[in-house]
Amino acid sequence: MPVELYRIDDRLIHGQVVVGWGQPMNAGFIALVDDVVASSDWERELYRMGVPPQLDLFFASVEDAPGQLGAWRADQRAGILLTGDIDTMYRLVSNVDGITAVNLGGVHHRAGRIERLRYIYLSPGEAQALRDLEARGVSVTARDVPSARPVPLRELLDAGARA
Amino acid sequence: MSNPDVGIVLGHGDIAAALVSAVELITGRGGRLIALTNAGLDSDQIDDLLRRTIETSGARVIFTDLAAGSCNMAACRLVRWRPDLIVVTGVNLPALLQYVMHDGAEPEQAVSEAVQRGSGALRVLQGRSRAG
Repeated sequence: MPVELYRIDDRLIHGQVVVGWGQPMNAGFIALVDDVVASSDWERELYRMGVPPQLDLFFASVEDAPGQLGAWRADQRAGILLTGDIDTMYRLVSNVDGITAVNLGGVHHRAGRIERLRYIYLSPGEAQALRDLEARGVSVTARDVPSARPVPLRELLDAGARA
Repeated sequence: MSNPDVGIVLGHGDIAAALVSAVELITGRGGRLIALTNAGLDSDQIDDLLRRTIETSGARVIFTDLAAGSCNMAACRLVRWRPDLIVVTGVNLPALLQYVMHDGAEPEQAVSEAVQRGSGALRVLQGRSRAG
């Protein structure tokens, strides 16, 4: 079974991911691609503590992730791959083949970002990085939980332009 | 400065405010719990909110709603720097009611009693048939 969801979420592993997505997908693992978490024993242990025991967690830096992605994709269980920001997902997509869709799950307010949706705020550079992802053939949609309507990137950026 | 009488409730959406409101309504004891939400915040911002609230309130006990949630992650992350803090996850109304009624107990004791009360509060109350 492939990695079924490639998600950008600045809260990383949290309720929407574990319960909102993980339960209906019957996810067996989450792969967290994040340089800070991958380099910290304590952070990795923190995330392990928070998830149900039946859910495996894998950690990788952006540099190491391409080498592990094959094993994650070959896993018989459904999986979720998470990054905490757009730049990390962009770098991952640049280094591996086969990522055809990316879910924007949560990019919250920071200085320099414009509100696009209640849970998506983007800087001009982040908006451009998402356009570049689509130019590479990756479908980008915003959707915080499975029951929400997926919002295509063009609609997302148009909404910000009108705001 | 530590204030053993005050606890923080941190949760998703409006759950913390609702729980704290219900505790005050039932017990008449206000000011014992501070309600915080993660709404609209990324993980760094939740960390900052919690850290500032602990510094200003002196609270040592943090109740969170969901073990896998960003609120609980923030609380556990903070314990790394403040090992004297106590984090309780999976909070419910009976647990908080017990906690605010502790009257002078040490936080460890108050938390122990709250966890016992809260974890035992979930029950199935099956109706009995009138027939027979």
